[in-house]
Amino acid sequence: MSTSDNERQYGPQYKLIGKNYVTADLYAKVTGKSKYAEDFRAEGMLFCKLLLSPVPHGRVKRIDASEALAMPGVRAILTADDLPAPADTVTDNGTVIKASKWGERGLTMEPVYQGEPILAVAAVDELTAAEAVERIHIDFERLPFVVDPLDTLRPGGPNPRTDGNVWVTPPGGQPAVQELKWTDADFAETKYGRLPMGKTPDEWSYGDLDAGFKNAALVLDETFVTPDVSHQTLETRSAMAYWQNGKVYLHSGTQSTAQTRTAIARWLNMDADKIVFISEYTGGGFGSKVTGGVSMIIAALLSKKVNAPVMMRISREEETFIGRARPGFQGRMKVGFSKEGRILALDMFVISDNGPYDAQGDAPTSGHMVSLLYQPQAMRWRGVTALTNTPPRSAQSSPGGLQGITITEPIIAKAARKLGVDQVAIRYINCPEGKAPYGPPVQGKLQHATSAFLKDALQRGAEQFKWQERIARSPKRMGSKVRGVGVALSCYVGGTIGFDGLLVITPEGRIQFQSGIGNLGTESVIDVHRAGAEVLGVPWEKCDVVWGDTSKHFPYTCVSGGSQTTHAMTRAAYAVAMDAKQKLQEIAAKSLGGNPEDYEVANERVFRKGSGSGITFAQAAQRAIELGGKYDGHEAPADVNKMTKASIAALAGQGLVAAARDNYPRDGNTHSYVASFAEIEVDVETGKYYIVDFLAYADVGTVIHPRALGGQVLGRSILGIGHAIGQKWVFDPHYGEMVSKRFYQNRPPTILDVPVDMQWGALDIPDPETPVGARGIGEPPVGGACASILNALSDALGDEIFQRAPVNADTILTSLEAGRPMQHPLMAHI
Amino acid sequence: MADRQELRLLGDTPKAVSRRRFIQGVIAGGAAVSSAAYLFRSSAVHGAGDTGGRLITLNVNGQRRRADVMKQETLAWTLRYKLGLTGTKLGCDRGECGACTVLLDDVPHYSCSVLTHTVRDQKVLTIEGLANPDGTLHPIQQGIIDEQGFQCAFCMSGFIMASVGFLKTTPNPTRSELAHGISGNLCRCQDYDKILTSLMRGAENMREVNHVDVG
Repeated sequence: MSTSDNERQYGPQYKLIGKNYVTADLYAKVTGKSKYAEDFRAEGMLFCKLLLSPVPHGRVKRIDASEALAMPGVRAILTADDLPAPADTVTDNGTVIKASKWGERGLTMEPVYQGEPILAVAAVDELTAAEAVERIHIDFERLPFVVDPLDTLRPGGPNPRTDGNVWVTPPGGQPAVQELKWTDADFAETKYGRLPMGKTPDEWSYGDLDAGFKNAALVLDETFVTPDVSHQTLETRSAMAYWQNGKVYLHSGTQSTAQTRTAIARWLNMDADKIVFISEYTGGGFGSKVTGGVSMIIAALLSKKVNAPVMMRISREEETFIGRARPGFQGRMKVGFSKEGRILALDMFVISDNGPYDAQGDAPTSGHMVSLLYQPQAMRWRGVTALTNTPPRSAQSSPGGLQGITITEPIIAKAARKLGVDQVAIRYINCPEGKAPYGPPVQGKLQHATSAFLKDALQRGAEQFKWQERIARSPKRMGSKVRGVGVALSCYVGGTIGFDGLLVITPEGRIQFQSGIGNLGTESVIDVHRAGAEVLGVPWEKCDVVWGDTSKHFPYTCVSGGSQTTHAMTRAAYAVAMDAKQKLQEIAAKSLGGNPEDYEVANERVFRKGSGSGITFAQAAQRAIELGGKYDGHEAPADVNKMTKASIAALAGQGLVAAARDNYPRDGNTHSYVASFAEIEVDVETGKYYIVDFLAYADVGTVIHPRALGGQVLGRSILGIGHAIGQKWVFDPHYGEMVSKRFYQNRPPTILDVPVDMQWGALDIPDPETPVGARGIGEPPVGGACASILNALSDALGDEIFQRAPVNADTILTSLEAGRPMQHPLMAHI
Repeated sequence: MADRQELRLLGDTPKAVSRRRFIQGVIAGGAAVSSAAYLFRSSAVHGAGDTGGRLITLNVNGQRRRADVMKQETLAWTLRYKLGLTGTKLGCDRGECGACTVLLDDVPHYSCSVLTHTVRDQKVLTIEGLANPDGTLHPIQQGIIDEQGFQCAFCMSGFIMASVGFLKTTPNPTRSELAHGISGNLCRCQDYDKILTSLMRGAENMREVNHVDVG
């Protein structure tokens, strides 16, 4: 039986935390009643189609839409000229974002990648809109383009944008596009298949790197390329919009209901209170829909222009271009090991292929994760975030973490073989522990984690996986089949702080949690509120969670990206439940005499300690409405976000309204960790391999909802595995044309690509720096899963097979025959 | 003017025009016939020919449903945009993901790759028709509730229909057999392990239900 931890009892001291239950969104899903953006209809709804740029970089000189506009049923076209000009904006927490001339706006007159939307057509049906797009004639001026970061860094190489080729972020400032070219001398390294390392805009270091390498028993210097992988959410970024009484109603997918409304306000340059955003169900995000997608404003603006509802159904092919992807890395790493395998010095150099738009954090984050995960005694990180004329990137589950781990792990595996150290043992001695330090240094000091119990996870995982038994098994080869085992460490940021909780105890005695979290199916949108219900001691049947529609009034909520939610929002849920408890005690004291602390809260009542006389939650809610003020939401706490204050005001008078900001202290930055184990079997005659067994053992603090956790641990593991076993982008560099456009050319793992009995485990040790002890889990499994497969492959076949991922059958066959890696060591998108 | 253009697009036969006007009066979906070929031009299944829609009767979820359907219209499109059955999802438009899987006479098909007019004599079953009219869930649906199967669930109705079809011929599968049975469906949340566990639970539920029926 898989998901072996299903049967384990988590959190014996809790009634709700650590227990499985049926989430409130599941019945609608199984019956097909759950509505995603494209499932909405409105009276007189028109359809829209996009015209995508055929050139990777160019300028629109002339648009002739006369033939299209004359077609019966065609209502309007929308071009970049119809978009609001970029303006300075303020985020929900007050940060000012300056208008950027390099920002993505949804439509453009200067396309910077093939497939970028130029204009949109609205028509009475989708076929008419599509036909109209075909009848629009555009003259383009072609501009130089580049699809491989190394090509733009070469002396005299083309620039992907007219004013430069790299993102440079000044300290405390916003990123700017600048030009960076390396020298011919830098590029001399490519002759040996090694990554050239020219000057970089970003660099940090700590410790004595030279001494580390000098004292090392083994020094390895490896070049490694990681793939660009599209998010490929099964629900594309379709959007439906209509206007009513001066407000725009927008349906689309998102990773944050609360914060997407503000993003739409920014893109449309209008007030957030004129926007209603609806997203009860979202068909996958993985980082590609953090605040939805800018493309949704096309539907909104077209709808305004034609004064009718507009459905923008994004096809799979369109999604390939505008749907986001993980930046691929060209990386190089030099690592010095002691004879026991301890990392004394680590020198990391990465180029991140950013695509043409917003600066992604993958490159710097990769250094942060490698520093925390392997605890090198001395480390330097250098990085370039390079622009190319390839589709836009965004964070994808473990952004930077996957790339950093995938570059580092094969080097550690190779070192273990060369030093004769066991693969689990070498990871154990480099493992972070407790308040583990990591770079980059801030004001000369290393940062540190809130906690790390990864050593325990590694040990327990090795036991559950029967590591010793597997490596002792021989022979490894039976006929043409060779088995290999791999282990890898993994980590990522596991939570943020400072968000708000908001709930109402209704006069009917129900607890209504207001949830601004996006519903991606990880169930955090509902799960986190169990922490609040636990504090109040109410049965879950008495709780309702309201989500998915900004007209329903949500508190300031984190986006569900970077594995923040479980940590951030259990804190907020805990805080608001404590506020509710305090208010219940105060109301009881006002009603029945005595002091608030004379009362306790249990069994849906607040009652005098000892005597038992008291009032029910329902009565307290009624009393709260009579008292008014802070008790029923007519006064809001001073420290909550303005979004929360507006929601409190809207809910005022409906019952006992509790609201609180998460002000709990935290020493260190929160991370979660995973130890990943894999066994694979390769057929050396065909190059085909399959995964025999897989286990991910997680250190994620307190377990909130075991089944949902298992889904995340294994689901995100398989996303990582896709990077090892086959997913990548392929471009024709001559025309800048993507040739891996569809699922069959760039297929995510199917159910047949993974074992039918995958295993997971979780330590369930609370993080000491958060009230409930829970941390996030979305990103942490991804890198380790990918790397464990790569390490199992090199265990089976040796170190001379691959120096890039993914590893396909042809790589294995050609490299085995040649005795050295046969794929191009550096070129992107092959 | 518009009428003259449409006349040209539709061909000259008065019959076509009258059908055309009828469609316009009933639904919006059948407009602009000449464009119909575009979306399907690259598919070998569909010719570039064009005609107006035609009113046909389908058997969907045990009900007779009338719909105006273009010759080249796919079943997925008819279900979603003509019959309001949006539980069937479009994930790829082209037979690669399985999100649009429905049963035709108990056999799973990708409804994005089936022409509506070819299924007039078949029983179409979609996710909306799976539970009992009294609201009792199908044992497979119940298995998913029991095990918290699936994450975002955009692929879910396709997986459910594929497994219901598969289990009709293989009621007692191993995990591996069931995995093969539903391998034509993609889940990008990659929640395969939990999906398989919940569908196995569903298969078990089905066997219990059948056992009770027999007893």
